Amino acid sequence: MSEVIEKQSWWQRLAERYAHPGRLSRMGVLGMNRRNISYISRYNPRRLFPLVDDKLKTKQIALEAGVTVPELIGVIREQHEVRDLAGIVADCAGFCIKPANGSGGKGILVITGQDDGGYHRSNGSIAGIGDLERHVTNILAGLFSLGGKADVAIIEALINFDDCFSGFSYEGVPDTRVIVFQGFPVMAMMRLSTSDSNGKANLHQGAVGVGLDIGDGHALRAVQFDKPILLHPDTGLNLMNLKVPHWQTLLELSVSCYEMSGLGYLGTDVVLDRFQGPMLLELNARPGLTIQMANGRGLLPRLRQIEALGKKNRMTPSQRVEYAREHFSERN
Amino acid sequence: MASRFPFYLLVGLLFLVGTALSIHRHMTFDIPWLPGEQRQTWSIEARVDFVAQGEEVLASLAIPSTQQGFTQLNQTAASPGYGLSFVERDGAMRAEWSIRRAEGNQQLYYRVDMLVDPYAIPSLPVRPPAIRVNVEQEPFATAANQILERAIERSATPYTLARELIAEFGNQRQKAELLAQQKSKSMWTVQLLQQAGVPARRVHGLFLEDGRRRQQLTEYIQVFDGEDYELFNPETGAQGQPHNLLLWQYHSGPILELMGGSNSNVSFSMIQQEQPFNIALSQKFADNQLLNFSLYSLPLEEQALFKNILLIPVGVLMVVLMRILIGIKTSGTFMPVLIALAFIQTSLITGLIGFLLIVGTGLLLRSYLSYLNLLLVARISAVIIIVIGMIAIFSIMAYQFGLTEGMKITFFPMIILAWTIERMSILWEEEGPHEVLVQGGGSLLVAIVAFLAMNNDVIRHLTFNFLGIQLMLMALVMLIGNYTGYRLLELKRFRPMLRDDHK
Repeated sequence: MSEVIEKQSWWQRLAERYAHPGRLSRMGVLGMNRRNISYISRYNPRRLFPLVDDKLKTKQIALEAGVTVPELIGVIREQHEVRDLAGIVADCAGFCIKPANGSGGKGILVITGQDDGGYHRSNGSIAGIGDLERHVTNILAGLFSLGGKADVAIIEALINFDDCFSGFSYEGVPDTRVIVFQGFPVMAMMRLSTSDSNGKANLHQGAVGVGLDIGDGHALRAVQFDKPILLHPDTGLNLMNLKVPHWQTLLELSVSCYEMSGLGYLGTDVVLDRFQGPMLLELNARPGLTIQMANGRGLLPRLRQIEALGKKNRMTPSQRVEYAREHFSERN
Repeated sequence: MASRFPFYLLVGLLFLVGTALSIHRHMTFDIPWLPGEQRQTWSIEARVDFVAQGEEVLASLAIPSTQQGFTQLNQTAASPGYGLSFVERDGAMRAEWSIRRAEGNQQLYYRVDMLVDPYAIPSLPVRPPAIRVNVEQEPFATAANQILERAIERSATPYTLARELIAEFGNQRQKAELLAQQKSKSMWTVQLLQQAGVPARRVHGLFLEDGRRRQQLTEYIQVFDGEDYELFNPETGAQGQPHNLLLWQYHSGPILELMGGSNSNVSFSMIQQEQPFNIALSQKFADNQLLNFSLYSLPLEEQALFKNILLIPVGVLMVVLMRILIGIKTSGTFMPVLIALAFIQTSLITGLIGFLLIVGTGLLLRSYLSYLNLLLVARISAVIIIVIGMIAIFSIMAYQFGLTEGMKITFFPMIILAWTIERMSILWEEEGPHEVLVQGGGSLLVAIVAFLAMNNDVIRHLTFNFLGIQLMLMALVMLIGNYTGYRLLELKRFRPMLRDDHK
């Protein structure tokens, strides 16, 4: 008898910790292996990857396509140009320096203002021009790039964050990730930085992911470290009150990235600027899977619905946004 | 979606060819599926005694070579003062001793190791002897002819004739006794067979029985039917070669030819030994020039090298399993395999301690390098030099403390260690120590699993002996590369998504 009880509890413990693959599959949760085989390698041609891995190229094609991006102040390509840094940023109050080939938010230095004392960093410390130059040198040497290959430093204007998210994010930039599949926005999430994530919007570092309704951009669920939460861990605000403004424009901006990049399975990172509205921050050809947890929904049913549409009925970008807002909303 | 049929065809083909190759090797080369199997070998010593007459001596002894049922492994001869050579004469091997002057009792020793091997390929072809007919004196000729005629009447083939001849010698006792006055029964049998147009000869074999000493050779009659032959016992007429009969002298020619000596005698002693099959096989293939695609034909040092190289696919398979099916993160895709290879050299515990020691100290020193703000290539080069320095220091320290195990630290791949330190260090700065523990621990876990797989006796045996296994591993890796299901750790990760459904 005792054996049976023990076995049950053992089995229950296992079921407590691990999901049954059949139930995940019924929910349509997309796993890493299927994402790589059935979506990334099938819909994203390898030759297009440099367009999104290199932020400078992304910026260039975005400008050509008329997609709103943060203003480009300057580019430093060679070590000898580093001395020009002070001149390049002389007229800018706030700016950020980032590596063109950085991944996961590595190597991004944000300066909120400058005065005689030096440059004010977003975390409150003050840096001298020597510190900035060293950072650029590190970028050029490939410290932040994949595989350590030589890189280029981009200096761009700081985004004037929309106040509508004040209190939802700790220090850093709240951005909206939209998964765009064959030009359709299939799932969206907002990433809020926390003290755990050191002001970064990376989910695996502790940022909060808030699933957004494709229909109107209101919050559905929130997760931190893959666990559901209700309140922001630092500010205590109810995350369910979050609603993203300019939703239609934001979706249209994301969707236009499909035509621009040619990638069929794409993650777009969009920020809201107080003056210019949604702006494309970067593209991702290998978007992560946590967005499913933030939404409490699997990606597969929506991806399959789009695949079933086939290539026959071509839609314009705004028609695709319309289709997605109608079909992928939780409201109906 | 493109058809997956060609893919599955390729995988199936690889698997089939791999299996077929392995089975073929098992069947033709007698390589066992499991390690540790023993093979029987016989060490046989022939001792030649004679009295030298004080002048030059030349002794020539017939010696066996690889033959049906037995493979010759190695041979040695001992005899102080004598010159020795192994020569081939009339299609048979002989050991020849020579000396300018010898007097008194002499002993010459010849020793050979024979492997019991049902798959032995005779080194020298067996050719039927030329037919020679002797003209005999009366009354022997008449008596012999009568026996032969009687036997021919009762027989149909060369083999039945031989059997009937031997039987006839038993039946017609008086004639047999008459004939025996001139030559031995076996000599008569061979002669009568030759007379009837059947190639035949006397051969000498040795019955192998463990621990016997002072044995003598036993006479057999070899009867040919075209290219085939059969052995007959001249006394009983029994057909076929007993399994424990080693043919010592099986070409025309005497067992011992002696010049300059008298009172010669050859006697044999033997012991049976059990040898691990791989030692036996490497000896077998050591001087085998046949076109056989076997690693055993390589020199021992290269064999040892290949033993490790052929294990790498197993380690790689482990990485594939752990990453795709389980979802463990490692730092550097195949770094764990290289670490596991180093573990094989150092043994697991020593290797683990050494690895942690080097990477830990390396991380400390690397954190100082961060302050120096160096260019990447220069910084990694500095880390490589630091790693080499640490390995040298740890080796010397270990030696001073009398820990010879510590010397094995040099087996670690230094460039890989330097990159590991660099990656871990950047990971530490960017993602914090937690991620370093996750990825470092994951790498070590995969390395240990790969080590356990690669260090497994059965797997080492299979990969080295059956090259077909490599194709099967390839098929398996390709098949896993097609897996679209969930990873084990994803089941855990996505678990919170299900909790809502319950409510």
